[in-house]
Amino acid sequence: MSDENAPDDEQGEVEPAAPVRSIPDHPVLGPLVEGDESVVWEHTFGQDVVQVPVESLVGFATAAKEAGFELAADLTVVDYLGVQEPRFRVVVNLLSVRHGVRVRLLVDLPDGDAPALPSLTALWPGLGFYEREAYDMFGVDFEGHPDLTRILMPDDWDGHPLRKDFGVGGVPVQFKASPKAT
Amino acid sequence: MSDRIGSDEMVGDDEAEGKVETTEQDLWFSGTEEPEWLVGATHEPAQEMHKEETDERLRQQLGIVVDDDYVGDEIVGDDELMIVNLGPQHPSTHGVLRLNVELEGEIVRRVKPIIGYLHTGMEKTAETLTFMQGPTNVTRMDYLAPFHNELAFSLATEQLLGTEIPPRAEAIRVLMTELNRISSHLVALATGGMDVGALSMMLYGFREREVILAFFEKTTGLRMNHNYIRPGGVAADLPDGWEDDIEGILDQLPGALDEFDDLLKENPIWKGRLVDNGIITTEEALAHSITGPILRSTGLAHDLRKAAPYSGIDRYDFDVAVGENGDSYDRYRVKVIEIQESIKIVRQVADTMPRGDWKADDRKIVPPPRKRIDESMEALIHHFKIHTEGFKVPEGEAYVAIESPRGELGCYLVSDGGPNPLRMHTRAPSFANLQAVPLMLSDSMLADAIAALASVDPVLGDVDR
Repeated sequence: MSDENAPDDEQGEVEPAAPVRSIPDHPVLGPLVEGDESVVWEHTFGQDVVQVPVESLVGFATAAKEAGFELAADLTVVDYLGVQEPRFRVVVNLLSVRHGVRVRLLVDLPDGDAPALPSLTALWPGLGFYEREAYDMFGVDFEGHPDLTRILMPDDWDGHPLRKDFGVGGVPVQFKASPKAT
Repeated sequence: MSDRIGSDEMVGDDEAEGKVETTEQDLWFSGTEEPEWLVGATHEPAQEMHKEETDERLRQQLGIVVDDDYVGDEIVGDDELMIVNLGPQHPSTHGVLRLNVELEGEIVRRVKPIIGYLHTGMEKTAETLTFMQGPTNVTRMDYLAPFHNELAFSLATEQLLGTEIPPRAEAIRVLMTELNRISSHLVALATGGMDVGALSMMLYGFREREVILAFFEKTTGLRMNHNYIRPGGVAADLPDGWEDDIEGILDQLPGALDEFDDLLKENPIWKGRLVDNGIITTEEALAHSITGPILRSTGLAHDLRKAAPYSGIDRYDFDVAVGENGDSYDRYRVKVIEIQESIKIVRQVADTMPRGDWKADDRKIVPPPRKRIDESMEALIHHFKIHTEGFKVPEGEAYVAIESPRGELGCYLVSDGGPNPLRMHTRAPSFANLQAVPLMLSDSMLADAIAALASVDPVLGDVDR
């Protein structure tokens, strides 16, 4: 990222006009993507995005961590109900502080109603809270997470609020301690 | 008769039919037995800390997942250990943070943060609001740094739209976010001082912040939750005489910082409380997704303003503050130095403020100026369309991260081509930073734990969203 500001007009290269980089040339991401046929790389809105199937997620993530992505910035889920199949997509943001590179992993979850994928907390313990949030909000099961409980909602909450089929409003009582709670 | 709260007059129609009974437990006098329903008010057995835990959960709560720096004595008998709640209603928890701590006497053995008491479903709300209305929602997340929330959301929207922002709008955005960084750090110093017993610091910090908030109010109309930075630019130009206001702030702040230094920097009590307190290493911080001043206090100069500049901030000259030891004292120093660096940025922005538009010249995204509506039919139509159905954003997804006072603040937007986002997710820095709490607090005295917690500077609105 820091190299993009460097003036390279001395060389007279035709690079500036072509913003799309060829991924195998990329010093960090290239080796990760090159060997694996199942991994699809895109460059959308100026950002590097890699689609990884669930089966090769752990392998890819392990390689990514070894390649220098030491910080997992974010993990979230998108519910594409009625927009595309399969319904749930897990989005992981990895950051390499060392190389100044950011990559986003998109993982489509095949099972519509009981989505599950392996937990990445063994690689990045910082994803612990994020996976709990994703479980709480979307009901996605992270296999191998040491402490997969609800984090924002109360223990006895019904359903997963950020799913598209969970309605807005219509919650009768906010506080379960209230004697009028239904 | 009248000795009951919630008497029948206050009950709604459907409840007056007798389906829901109000009981005598509605009123609870001190000294009487605590009613049963109140006991369960904060009872979340699955999320709480237990006496017996699995190995992995134990390691999390001891804060030894990455680095085993736990030097506790031999495990003492069960009758010596006690699990206690700190919070959710205590000022030194900076909001409604609840900590389950296992105490052995006055030593903290294990810690587990329990959150969600301020959860209001803002990510769900965002799906029902248009991109135009989005900033009103996100500005309420990190209420100490509202401009940063708005900026992250606006940048993500603009990334999807491909809109070019005029230079003056970018400069105003930098000006406001850096002033906001100063005001946020001032609160952190003020409340941090209060937690350690430096009560004067609390007054000084809030006094200086007031000057900045007065400028925010003059510019945006509000002291907090401004909804000022919007997709396409900013809501209004800077007010008349803003140069003098900025000059006044910049004249006053350095003196105030000297005053803080006189009070705290070499203060033996302050140093005694903070030096070597709540130490965290770079490896631990990276592994636990911790960013911002906490990561920098460990000696790693990672700042998104340098690593991935946004909104033209790379045009200004400033340095990244780093610490050495990753203790609470370094975190305090990093915040003070960041205030100084932000003052430098604000001065440069004020000196080089470009002239011109403060919002993009795109009638499909930015509402027309009020004057144009009287003159032009098209302007009226655009105004009406933008404010009723909003503007459509091309299909796609984008993640934009900026450096908020607490670390990496990211906004992940997914659009299906309509005027509302399909999904809006905020990567809240405080949420991830809370994972540092067990690392810092375990194996220290309870009073030190409060000092370390204050140096984490969590904002619970940001944590729970």
